[in-house]
Amino acid sequence: MSALFDILASAGLWAAVLRIATPLILGTIGALLSERAGVLNLGIEGIMTFGAMVGWLTVYNGADLWVGVLAAALGGAMFGLLHSALTVTLGLSQHVSGLGVTLFASSFAYYVFRLMVPVAGTPPTITPFQPLDIPGLSSLPFFGPAFFNQTAPTYLAIGLAIALAYVIARTPVGLAIRMTGENPHAAEAQGVNPMAVRYGAVIAGSALMGVGGAFLTLSAFNSFFPTMVQGRGWICIALVVFASWRPERALLGAILFALFDAFQLRLQTVLNGVVPYQIFLMIPYLLSIVALAVMARRARVPQALMQPYRRGER
Amino acid sequence: MMTETVLDISNVSKRFGDNLANDDISLSLAKGEIVALLGENGAGKTTLMSILFGHYVPDTGSVSVMGEALPPGKPRAAIRAGIGMVHQHFSLAPNLTVLENVMTGTENLWSLGSNVSAGRKKLVEISQRFGLKVDPDARLGDLSVGEQQRVEILKALYNDARILVLDEPTAVLTKLEAETLFSTLKDMAAQGLSLIFISHKLDEVMATADRIVVLRGGKLVAERRAGDTSKAELAELMVGRKVTRPLREASTPGEIVLEAAGVTVRSGGVDRLKAVDFRLRAGEVLGIIGVSGNGQAVLAQLLSGTIGRTAGDLVLFGKGVGDLTVADAVANGIGRIPEDRNRDGAIGEMAIWENAVLERLPEFSKAGLVDRKAGIGFAQKIIDGFDVRGGTPTSRIRLLSGGNMQKLILGRNLIEHPKILLAAQPARGLDEGAVAAVHERILEARRAGTAVLLISEDLDEVMALADRIQAIVGGRLSPSVNAEDVDAQRLGLMMAGEWEDTTHAV
Repeated sequence: MSALFDILASAGLWAAVLRIATPLILGTIGALLSERAGVLNLGIEGIMTFGAMVGWLTVYNGADLWVGVLAAALGGAMFGLLHSALTVTLGLSQHVSGLGVTLFASSFAYYVFRLMVPVAGTPPTITPFQPLDIPGLSSLPFFGPAFFNQTAPTYLAIGLAIALAYVIARTPVGLAIRMTGENPHAAEAQGVNPMAVRYGAVIAGSALMGVGGAFLTLSAFNSFFPTMVQGRGWICIALVVFASWRPERALLGAILFALFDAFQLRLQTVLNGVVPYQIFLMIPYLLSIVALAVMARRARVPQALMQPYRRGER
Repeated sequence: MMTETVLDISNVSKRFGDNLANDDISLSLAKGEIVALLGENGAGKTTLMSILFGHYVPDTGSVSVMGEALPPGKPRAAIRAGIGMVHQHFSLAPNLTVLENVMTGTENLWSLGSNVSAGRKKLVEISQRFGLKVDPDARLGDLSVGEQQRVEILKALYNDARILVLDEPTAVLTKLEAETLFSTLKDMAAQGLSLIFISHKLDEVMATADRIVVLRGGKLVAERRAGDTSKAELAELMVGRKVTRPLREASTPGEIVLEAAGVTVRSGGVDRLKAVDFRLRAGEVLGIIGVSGNGQAVLAQLLSGTIGRTAGDLVLFGKGVGDLTVADAVANGIGRIPEDRNRDGAIGEMAIWENAVLERLPEFSKAGLVDRKAGIGFAQKIIDGFDVRGGTPTSRIRLLSGGNMQKLILGRNLIEHPKILLAAQPARGLDEGAVAAVHERILEARRAGTAVLLISEDLDEVMALADRIQAIVGGRLSPSVNAEDVDAQRLGLMMAGEWEDTTHAV
């Protein structure tokens, strides 16, 4: 029991939590933004992979790390444009289009990577983001190493989640997005163009997903593997439901999931040999299913989610 | 005051494929005036209003507001010019609050904050000025239909509408709500707003409008001041010929085909039907009258086999049947006309012929495959026999107007002469011509020996069609009375739950 407590009380755990949470936060708020406008984006897994690749490749070719982040955002936005063209303009099934985007984006990412980077025994690396030293805060005992020793993209992700929460709840454009996700006909009747809102939300959301992917190659690790997203995109889709489509809860949800993950990693070393480690690998997913079942019962799904909007038709 | 023209629609035409929905229509509206746009379904009323509001671009013609031409196809421009539209199917989001619904799109989209308190103040002010009471912070989905319509009107007024267009505003309202609405509309006109309301109900048109414009087949056929016309004249103008609703003639009913004794249905912890008794005979119409929401839906579900009994007996053709299943209903020739035809009566995206054969698929199968040719033939027979207009067997059923869809559903049920017909609100939302057609078919079935259970909240309908009448109130059924022995007043009392348990007429 004291072993469990020791884990929770270690600054290392909490530092890891924020690190693990960052791509989840970005991916989740990206998916959430798009779903709030009524478009499910299952392209997320592939878009994150593509973002991870493009961000890394840009930096590998000599650009600044932030230029890499920007490139990942643009790459994500590009696939967002594709997804919206298919689902908004053509009104195709959002599931099918999203899965198509995922398959295409991940394969395309690997293809470009192979084209640009020769096969080598050890994968090539870049110099990733370094932890930011925040004067006054980083040197605090416990809290410093736990919460204020992160890289810049982590703070960016948290900031973006809070900003998105504000935009959705408090601004006219946020209301337009919500209305479009609830009833695009009503939005149209009030002079809001639901097509434009959906395009905007999907593209911006995909850009966030791309940045989420890039965090993996530019901050968490320093090289690119085609399989490195490892289902994080799907976790984000579940986290959106867990969060009841609210960015501030998405932030907490991502951190909670990351806590499970970081916790099980450490638990493995403590209980090694007693329990097979695969059990621990399972824990975060199991717990997220439980949490989802509890939370999602009260969730209010955007009423027009997954319904294509066609002008003049009801 | 009444001479200032606020709206001018001139020579508007709009064609959809082969269908000329609007044919050279001109119409003007004065300040403070209420104009009723009267016409059957498919006469082009909604198309005209959609052009006015910028949802459609007219092929020819133009619209001007306060003397200024409106750019076609731009809802935003129409809103800015002061046109407010209250749609029949509300354009509201149930998960948002009243205030959010009203404020969407009213502020600069890119401003960094929303002035919610100013919005609330304006909304409260308008709602007080026009007597449209509503809680700005209520979740829209929690409101009643009447309240939701109020929000829809407030939304238009919030956008500073000077011209309000209401598309069949009473279609979804109860009688009382409709009366409240019309007194509000008159109040608005008195305060200088101009109103156009679309309707096919003669009573409300005569009672509310200053001027009545009649559309038929896409053309403006007549324009009358309300004082200078009559319901009869309007009905004839609207349909293009004299319409009279048919009346049942005397007949002798046959044996009892369906009997319920002490049937109770409990669902969700509430007794939806409480020990109801009724007997239905071949060749008669039994009218079940009552205000919606008193158990009619459950009664219809029970007899269609989609819900089970909790207690009591159902006897079908002299045999106790326990709980009916849908398959039993189909096998025993119980035709069903559901209350909500779009939700329960048809699959909108499927073809007319597919909708026609769905419940008799075994008859239309060959070697395990659907016999498309036979199905299309069957649908064509219904279309011809029941005068269904606006579609071929292969067109999607949702493209039919309400009246024609209802005729198709009727035909699907009646073409093979069912022994029992369960008709729930069969004329709801239909225009005069279609109502007459539906009533005629029901009476025809009665003559052919079908037992008809007619569930309705329309007194006129029940008095015209039913041989015997039972009222349904709070899940209880009154004893039956002969239609000859009651008047509207007595029926009104029965619908309010006032009946003496001693008067039995079987």
